[in-house]
Amino acid sequence: MSDNAVDPSEVRHIADLARIDLDDDEVERFTEQFGEILAAFEALDEVPETEREADLANVMRPDEVREGLRQEEALQNAPETEAGQFKGPKVS
Amino acid sequence: MTDYNGYIATETIEGADDGPLAGRTVAVKDNISTEGVQTTCGSAMLDGYVPPYDATVVARLKEAGATIPGKTNMDEFGMGTTTETSAYGPVENPVAEGRVPGGSSGGSAAVVAAGDADMALGSDTGGSIRCPAAFCGVVGIKPTYGLVSRYGLVAYANSLEQIGPIAPSVSEAAELLEVIAGPDERDGTTRDASEAVEGYDFADAADGDVDGLSIGVPTELLDGADEQVVETFWTALDDLEAQGATYHEVDLPSVEHAVEAYYVIAMSEASSNLARFDGVRYGQSGGYEGNWNESFANSREEGFGEEVKRRVLLGTYALSAGYHDKYYKKAQDARAWVKQDFDEALSEADVLASPTMPVPPMKRGESLDDPLTMYLADANTTPVNLANLPAISVPAGETDEGLPVGLQLVGPAFGERTIIRAGSALA
Repeated sequence: MSDNAVDPSEVRHIADLARIDLDDDEVERFTEQFGEILAAFEALDEVPETEREADLANVMRPDEVREGLRQEEALQNAPETEAGQFKGPKVS
Repeated sequence: MTDYNGYIATETIEGADDGPLAGRTVAVKDNISTEGVQTTCGSAMLDGYVPPYDATVVARLKEAGATIPGKTNMDEFGMGTTTETSAYGPVENPVAEGRVPGGSSGGSAAVVAAGDADMALGSDTGGSIRCPAAFCGVVGIKPTYGLVSRYGLVAYANSLEQIGPIAPSVSEAAELLEVIAGPDERDGTTRDASEAVEGYDFADAADGDVDGLSIGVPTELLDGADEQVVETFWTALDDLEAQGATYHEVDLPSVEHAVEAYYVIAMSEASSNLARFDGVRYGQSGGYEGNWNESFANSREEGFGEEVKRRVLLGTYALSAGYHDKYYKKAQDARAWVKQDFDEALSEADVLASPTMPVPPMKRGESLDDPLTMYLADANTTPVNLANLPAISVPAGETDEGLPVGLQLVGPAFGERTIIRAGSALA
């Protein structure tokens, strides 16, 4: 079990990478649950290396201009816009 | 609205005056985009989000004359097996009091089971159509990967998911599949399968003729299943045998690892797909204080529920430096192994049969605190998504307590007509 143990600082690090703030209760719960879930994922160690069939082909289309969303459609769901653009925090 | 919370919104969308679905109502899962009508994915993140365009399947429903009576409730972003993780409240099972309707397309199955819609669309990433169909006593089809366009479906794990029909009978589900199937230039993963599926005619395959049908039964998918579920399953197989089908047991050793592989792949894809929700172009704003990353992290803390956070974090972990080979690469090996196993088993059988879910519908509220147990309940459905194959869930009967049990039939790639024909002998 010990190599599956996840500590709270690891959960906070992953949350940081994923850009999700967590409160202390969430960190505590996730720390416990992740240990259990990752232990179950350990079973994948028993899976033999398997050849993967390359049954894939790129799908391309001619590079032609097509109708897309109009600017006001693209902006209609933004929480805030300014001068026809999306608004975000200041870049220092 | 409904007393079991099946819909998130009930705004009616009218289709064309005539067409194969004229006069019929088809409810649409709330992760499928509807132009001008709110689409939330069951998430607070997308509360008030109104798509500027229709998903291809919605455009096809409208052309076919269907009326869309509303957008159905679902586990947040499709992440759940019970439809209890929705930000708009859980859905109750309309045919089994006190039980969950299954998930994640729980609202879609519930409105069909309750008779509030004639049919519905769901999406199935690891069982999200088949599970609620089984738990609500209706029919659900997860099509072969590439049969139905995903354009306008809000992505959770795009290498696994397909949109598919839920209906009271196999022939109605086949009719709905006929309308939505077919290649779409807006989804490069759709294929022209007109030869394999005989010109996309599915409804006429529902003739109930199983004389000579060969059924393989993977023993691994019965091991550990609830006793009454297994009993009901064998009774349904006896019924098919009495109608001329034969069955034999098959071994699929790889499926023992399928559910773990599924969760690693699905969570990894989710961590990437859900990165788009940053509260800037749409979604809940994270404010304008601090830097971009702080604003994103704030938006996502507020907008995402706990199961979504759990999966995005575990997916981020599985893909992070030092862990990629251990989790993601092994999961891809398992996926290839599962595909090989299914291909082999289907070379000696027309279809494979198992219980859709290893358990009857759970009691409401009991799965939420134990995510791992909830994940393991997807043991029989997830292998099919890993193998990209089509599967149908049909009602097989009930437990002594009157709880619905579903039978799953899996076919070869683009073998929709075969599973529809086989399923129609039961429902």
